[in-house]
Amino acid sequence: MPAFRRRAGLLAALLAAGLAFASQGAGTAAASGADAAVERGARVYERCAACHALDADRTGPRHCGLLGRRAGSVPGFPYSPAMRRSRIVWTEASLDRFLKAPLQALPGTSMGYDGVKDERERRDLIAYLRAAGQGPRCKPPE
Amino acid sequence: MKPAVDIGSIVHAIPRRAFIAHSGLLLSGAAVALLSGRDALAAKAGHGAESDLRILNTALGAELEAIAAYQVGAESGLLQKPALDLALTFQGHHKQHAELLSGTIAKLGGKPVSARDKYAFPVDTLKTQVDVLRFAAGLEKGAVSAYLGAIPVFGNRDLAKAAGSILGDEAMHWAILRNAVGDVPVPEAFVS
Repeated sequence: MPAFRRRAGLLAALLAAGLAFASQGAGTAAASGADAAVERGARVYERCAACHALDADRTGPRHCGLLGRRAGSVPGFPYSPAMRRSRIVWTEASLDRFLKAPLQALPGTSMGYDGVKDERERRDLIAYLRAAGQGPRCKPPE
Repeated sequence: MKPAVDIGSIVHAIPRRAFIAHSGLLLSGAAVALLSGRDALAAKAGHGAESDLRILNTALGAELEAIAAYQVGAESGLLQKPALDLALTFQGHHKQHAELLSGTIAKLGGKPVSARDKYAFPVDTLKTQVDVLRFAAGLEKGAVSAYLGAIPVFGNRDLAKAAGSILGDEAMHWAILRNAVGDVPVPEAFVS
């Protein structure tokens, strides 16, 4: 019994120390968690590389400036009529709905893609799009 | 990044006839088989046909861009034989994919998209042969994902099958290009 108490006391001390450490590092952990999400999102974004780029219109429109942009509004891009008429503004919520099942979210879209079904992958992808949108490739030319 | 292995030795390790002498013949055979099914495809066009046409045209647009990308790579002066032969062979496959898609779209009553006058490729970041091959690998990986995402949404299952056939070819391109730059050719058991 005394040995067990000693072990229990040691465990409690270690847990207390661990909690204190975790509390001190909470800010850093949150930042690195966000970085990790962006990094995972960059890997998910590789799936889009046949049709999309951040800073150029390809088979699909450019993604720089996506969040906050009205759907179907990149000048000169040949959108489907459905996208042009959609009145969607790309927010995290509207992107999440669209990315989950594009053809169901917006029938008539040219994005003939089944969707990103995993909720965390969509969250990571949107985190990446947000971060990349503020990155060097999306800075307007000086 | 410096390749972990010599590109020439890896590309030479693949029998040249596999991607030069015979590939056109073999792929033509496959394409003919797919094209010969186009009447059946047309006959089945109905439910979801408009959606299928949009998907086919999106795929055709991407194939046309891939053809242009390989052309940029071939003309860059950065690719040496045998990597140059590899790129031209893969470009030839994309031409066959585009031809098949274009013909199918027309057969189904649609209007195939044309190649753009100009494509925006990140040419300023392509300084070496490895850069070009990695860029091509990225496009091929994206193409695999695009076809994978298209297969479940085709209304016509024959079109889904044709898309699966193209996916398989582009997955092989991706693996060979990864291998050529010294990456693990097939990094995972599944593509996504």
